[in-house]
Amino acid sequence: MDRFIYADNAATTQLSPKVLEKMMPYLTNEYGNASSLYGFGQNSKQAIVAARESIANCLHCKPNEVYFTSGGSEADNWAIKMIAKEQAKKGKKHIISTAFEHHAVLHSLNALKEEGFEITLLPVYENGIIHVEDLENAIREDTALVTIMFANNEIGTIQPIKEVGAICKAHHVYFHTDAVQAVGHLPIDFVDMNIDLLSMSGHKFHGPKGIGALIIRNGIRFANLIDGGSQERNRRAGTENTAGIVGISEALKLALENLEQTNTSIIQKRNRIISELLKIEKSRLNGDANTRLPGNINISFEGIEGESLLLYLDMKGICASSGSACTSGSLDPSHVLLSIGLPHEIAHGSLRLTISESTTDEDVDYIIESVPQVVDRLRKMSPLWEKIKLEEGKE
Amino acid sequence: MASVYSEKVMDHFANPRNVGEIKDADGVGEVGNAVCGDIMKMYIKVKDGKIEDVKFKTFGCGSAIATSSMATELIKGKPIEEALQLTNKAVVEALDGLPAHKLHCSVLAEQAIKAALADYYTRQGIDPKPLIGDIPETCEGCCSH
Repeated sequence: MDRFIYADNAATTQLSPKVLEKMMPYLTNEYGNASSLYGFGQNSKQAIVAARESIANCLHCKPNEVYFTSGGSEADNWAIKMIAKEQAKKGKKHIISTAFEHHAVLHSLNALKEEGFEITLLPVYENGIIHVEDLENAIREDTALVTIMFANNEIGTIQPIKEVGAICKAHHVYFHTDAVQAVGHLPIDFVDMNIDLLSMSGHKFHGPKGIGALIIRNGIRFANLIDGGSQERNRRAGTENTAGIVGISEALKLALENLEQTNTSIIQKRNRIISELLKIEKSRLNGDANTRLPGNINISFEGIEGESLLLYLDMKGICASSGSACTSGSLDPSHVLLSIGLPHEIAHGSLRLTISESTTDEDVDYIIESVPQVVDRLRKMSPLWEKIKLEEGKE
Repeated sequence: MASVYSEKVMDHFANPRNVGEIKDADGVGEVGNAVCGDIMKMYIKVKDGKIEDVKFKTFGCGSAIATSSMATELIKGKPIEEALQLTNKAVVEALDGLPAHKLHCSVLAEQAIKAALADYYTRQGIDPKPLIGDIPETCEGCCSH
């Protein structure tokens, strides 16, 4: 294959060589157990302590508020289920979230529903952003938790997190945010934004897979995730993934260096792709045009289906993603696209491209050249497109 | 590079056979719907009791396109009676298999051919029902609609 353009950075990112370099000692010679007393073990311990401090600096939280997990899904499950368990003791069994959360959140909420919790899902409207008034109106005496994602993984829309945090604080309700898509891509201030719990995942910002963290504000009562050893302040037992912990912390530090400059450049490329692809007839941008993640492009093309679009793009060397039912293995198209009011047939024809700082101008040119070709090819063999054009002719 | 599909599926997807339409078709059948994400439309031309030509148009995923392509290949030049006997299983086997959640695509291909043949019989003044049976109007069980 001549070309290889990776445009699926919301799925995962390439490990930064600088991050790997920092991790290497802990994958090779420095294999000591951080819980061991001797100096060789303490080398690992020191690396973990330093990583925790670095992450705390980056997110403006305290080092002892950082709990390492295996990734974002674990952090989401832990945050939601453990807060729910604790709050239920006080008779609080109502949780507020949104209709377009990641499945790690939605399925955790479904599990709690089975246990008698009541879940309110806020609407996200056509542009994919909640209205804070809806949150204000939804909070009740028995609300145990508000869990709202920082930025959406499919359409990239960024939520008014600081306002949500302020509302939750005023009502004395815990606020968790799934910030898996935002950490390393947007500035985050744990204290200033009044966040109580925050989930993050290393491989979404050029760190390694298999490592994430849940930031839990000090003073919150919550149940342990894994009982056993004293790791993570007794909350999540198990020998630390030293290399992963060093990796996630280094990746976050690097991501935030020149963040503004990096984002300006990515946004410029993103906007060029969006405006060029919207020139394709009967296409639409999904999610707000401005309040979205720097690298996120999500466009629907009428008359075609997303999986075949992805396969043809793959043949052209472009890695992308879609919200069509066929790509998810489920029978319905993406719940995110349905939540912003897209009809099924249009949701099936969606394309998500998520670019990064390593996406070049040549890559952008190639994407802009290839996508219309593939859309055209599929439309030529689509009986649905034929119908759309026929109806258009009648009008 | 690795693929979720067999080489044959990818071949029929990358280079679909018999794409297009037949303007003066003797039978046209369409199955599936846009909400579910797949529609197949088959055109047949019949001469001396044989499928002289067949073309398709498909809106759908890679396996929907590949099964349409393979199904047309399997009936082209065959007597109508033989085309009527085409099963989704035969299409799947000819493609060296499909992932389990894609099997409904092959059912759709079988139905599309049957719908085209039913249309052919109807145009000939023959009731297709005893020969073909009922063809579900939507892709039953393929999605929640």
